[in-house]
Amino acid sequence: MLHIKCPHCGMRSQNEFSYGGDATVKRPELGKEISDQDWNNFVYNRKSLRGKHWELWQHLSGCRQWIKIQRDTATHEIFKTLKANEEIS
Amino acid sequence: MTQSFRIENGGLINRDKKISFKFNGKNFFGYEGDTLASALIANGVHLIGRSFKYHRPRGFFGAGVDEPYAIVQLYRNGETEPNIKATEQELFQGLEAKSINCWPSVNFDVGAINNLLKMFLPAGFYYKTFMWPKSFWYKIYEPFIRKAAGLGTASIKHDKERYEHKYEYCDLLITGSGPSGLASAYSAAKNGAKVILAEDKSRFGGTLLTSEVNIGNQSGKDWADSIISELKEMPNVTVKNRSQVFGYYDHNMLVMSERISDHLPKTKKFHPKQRLWYIRAKEVLISSGSIERPIVFGNNDTPGVMLSSAAKEYMKVYGVLVGRKPLVFTNNDSGYETAIEFKKNGIDPIILDTRKEPQSEIIEEAKSMNIDIKNSYVVVAAKGYKKVKSADIAKISDDKEELGLIENIDCDCICVSGFWTPTIHLASQSGNKTKFNEDIDAFVPGISKQNEKTLGAANGIYTLEETLIDSFEKGNLLSKKITNNDNKISFPNVVEKKSTVHDKFWCVPLPKGKNYKRFLDFQNDVAVSDIEIALKEGYRSIEHVKRYTTLGMATDQGKTSNLNGLQLVSKIENKVVPSVGHTTFRPPYSPISIGAIVGREVGKHSKPTRKSPMHSWHEKNNAVFVDAGVWLRPRYYKRGNENLFEASKREAKNVRKNVGVCDVTTLGKIDIKGPDAAELLNRVYTNAWLKLPVGKARYGVMLREDGIVMDDGTTTRISENHYHMTTTTAQAANVLSHLEYYLQIVWPELNVNVVSTTEQWAGAAIAGPKSRDVLKKLFPLVDVSNEGLPFMGYVESELFGAKARIFRISFSGELAYEVNVESDNGNFMWEKILEVGEEFEIQPYGTEALSTLRIEMGHVAGSELDGRTIPYDNSLEGLVSKKKDFIGKRSLSRKAFIAEDRQKIVGVVPLDKKTSIPEGSHLVEDSRAPMPNPKIGYISASCWSVEYDNPFSLAILKDGKNMIGKKLYVMSPLKNKVIPVEVVSSHYVDPKGERVRS
Repeated sequence: MLHIKCPHCGMRSQNEFSYGGDATVKRPELGKEISDQDWNNFVYNRKSLRGKHWELWQHLSGCRQWIKIQRDTATHEIFKTLKANEEIS
Repeated sequence: MTQSFRIENGGLINRDKKISFKFNGKNFFGYEGDTLASALIANGVHLIGRSFKYHRPRGFFGAGVDEPYAIVQLYRNGETEPNIKATEQELFQGLEAKSINCWPSVNFDVGAINNLLKMFLPAGFYYKTFMWPKSFWYKIYEPFIRKAAGLGTASIKHDKERYEHKYEYCDLLITGSGPSGLASAYSAAKNGAKVILAEDKSRFGGTLLTSEVNIGNQSGKDWADSIISELKEMPNVTVKNRSQVFGYYDHNMLVMSERISDHLPKTKKFHPKQRLWYIRAKEVLISSGSIERPIVFGNNDTPGVMLSSAAKEYMKVYGVLVGRKPLVFTNNDSGYETAIEFKKNGIDPIILDTRKEPQSEIIEEAKSMNIDIKNSYVVVAAKGYKKVKSADIAKISDDKEELGLIENIDCDCICVSGFWTPTIHLASQSGNKTKFNEDIDAFVPGISKQNEKTLGAANGIYTLEETLIDSFEKGNLLSKKITNNDNKISFPNVVEKKSTVHDKFWCVPLPKGKNYKRFLDFQNDVAVSDIEIALKEGYRSIEHVKRYTTLGMATDQGKTSNLNGLQLVSKIENKVVPSVGHTTFRPPYSPISIGAIVGREVGKHSKPTRKSPMHSWHEKNNAVFVDAGVWLRPRYYKRGNENLFEASKREAKNVRKNVGVCDVTTLGKIDIKGPDAAELLNRVYTNAWLKLPVGKARYGVMLREDGIVMDDGTTTRISENHYHMTTTTAQAANVLSHLEYYLQIVWPELNVNVVSTTEQWAGAAIAGPKSRDVLKKLFPLVDVSNEGLPFMGYVESELFGAKARIFRISFSGELAYEVNVESDNGNFMWEKILEVGEEFEIQPYGTEALSTLRIEMGHVAGSELDGRTIPYDNSLEGLVSKKKDFIGKRSLSRKAFIAEDRQKIVGVVPLDKKTSIPEGSHLVEDSRAPMPNPKIGYISASCWSVEYDNPFSLAILKDGKNMIGKKLYVMSPLKNKVIPVEVVSSHYVDPKGERVRS
């Protein structure tokens, strides 16, 4: 079980969190024209990276905040966690 | 039976307490402190089971967790457990055990014919033989193999024992209480660190219990005892015996199983049988020691052949002799310690040492005791069937290739020592890449991956002094990092006998003309010849060799066989062992019971149960409940002998005719506040929300980004910037997370707050033509006329003093209201509604009637919004705004979603107006078309229409909009039904929706 540092609550066990997918995907702006390809990329197409990966998690059984986590998908090492409003650097 | 192999004195057992037990129906006696194995050996029982494949006789090989042979079926307190290691099971009064894998008895075993047929049972035999014909596999081969091979029998009864889970945090977790575990725990504890010391066995001390050493002028055992009693007194230390750390997981999470009651005849009241500990440790010290490995020779699986360390442990710990004419076969000094122990107990052992002229303190001692030592000698083969009777021995050449003249000598046991294998399982599970240590011919942990360090024998350090120095230091260093204390411990004076290097010899060559089975893996009957075949057939990866031959599988996981298997593969392949590599060590280290993994989350505790505030009223009034997610909801209220069908029909009819009341507390409720609340709703729902006036409710549908309907429900504008959203019971949690995601991640600029209020409000739906009459009585001050409170209207009032929210919304399709009060007042509200409604013949109705009412009306619910449908499919396209953008809108223009013959919801009625239609059935055009008959739709929900008194179903049908009036067939192969049906509108009752507005 992973040990995740919630930027709001501190170190918590993985079973308090739920996974929320790739954190680098940006939703296209509302009301803007967008090609089928770009929309499909947003909705469906994801890279399955081996190694460092920025992903979203929600601290579901805690503060309910969505947070950003940089995790190694192969070793589960967690390098960094950020609040939702902090930019990935 | 008498304990004829029990030594007069000595051992750590309690001779004052005799314990009776049964093995294979016979009565025996042992002492408190015995294991089942030591008690059986004391009674002269050496035949305990039959082997997995050839059904060869099996005795005892070890004295602990590494035991490959002595696994039994255990009976305790009316329960049975399979595959218990007799070497681990502590004796208790009334213990009963039986042999496994033998029929009709362990002495006369029919399956032993396999032993005579062994030339036909080589590696991969099952794979090769039972391949063809394919149809034979399930009917003939598999049942036969399952019966013939296999271990104990699992109980099919409900396990009434209790198992617990515990979560713990500590500074240092130390796994094993041998010299390294004790020393490191002691120095860490002295620095004030929070320490957990776990010992697998019942006794603390590990090898200190059996070795002839002296620490600080005490015997090893006395030193261990004094350290343990001091540790037990310290508040920062938890000391646990019968507790095995069996798995090392991510981020320094380790799991330990504590066997609390397995050594007792019966679990004490309010105690668990076992407890699983999830331990998050800052630092882990692995002090799991090492396991002796065997030397491979002919018929080395005969009962009476065992590890020399086990023979010593039986003498020193249990006061039991494993034989009276022992042969000790060794390639290192450990065998001498066992021989010396025999000699001290008045037994004359013979030592066969593969080395030519070894010299050390231990060997000198053996010589001075006049022990018969034969150098450059090996055991060629054990003789005897159910017990060793003699051994063929021979001199071996210096290059270890040639055997001399074979001599036969009498013996009743052969104690083997092929040097020591560090127990590196936990280190390897932590991600540590192990490395091969040439000096000890074994793998040891390499560079730490997580916060783990390995100590002592587990790290390939085999001298006591070195182990203690290293362990005191590591314990001090790691705890210092955490507590900033640095309490130095004076290092005790250590006396131990020096030993010399071992011989790398591990396998005795076959003598000319002999074809003895030389076993590597004792539990799975994997012999040298099996590995040779596997390699000849092209298996190269050690992982493949393992799976093809079953080397290192089953309950002992190859603790005594893996390394010799690697030696063999590397020898045949002409490679060095490290390049062959070892198979992956996976948790658990040794078997743990399923009950311990599950813990207390069994039966109704497997998930939480949510109940509405009116639950006790429902219970008192004969409600029959149904699981709705984690909620318990009344399915129907039973009157007299009614069944589900009759009761739900009565309840639904009464709603259509008079008035009914339904507990709708379970609906998800989300409170939405903020100046941008309307904008959020406008983006989340498919329809327009910006102009909804205060005091009005609106029905809305929300999509996922892929255009699929996520949920539906009504949202009411309570005040300018305050909305009350309802969701379906099932999707409540997902919808909240969905809103939070968009507010926190996608549109953080929106100034809105959302919070779940599902549990804060109790809800009652009052539905039926007389519902307004009931409402009038409930809220005499409110104008509930059609003008005063129109369809989709909302008012706040007081229900006999209780704050109430009144929504005019309807799921049943009748004139209906939903009243919400604060949860604490839920029961009060409910009783008031029934009280004032009595004169209007009000009846409570459950989820079954609720479904009937909504299906007849063509209102969609979870079975239509099933994650596969878009708004059009549910005839909700009228709610999709063309003007504004919203979540998932862009996906609705996908080709499949705008296809002319897109699926759409329809109603389905059986032509005979009698036959009920099973939900999930398929719709086809031609019932007699050849299989696979193309499906054009499926039944999503079925009911018995109370309006028309015939069956009615909703279906999602291809090209549904052009299918009304068509005759189709419903097919349910599962129920073996073919039903001719007619397609009708999904709005079967009141298609214009006049009743809700009346």
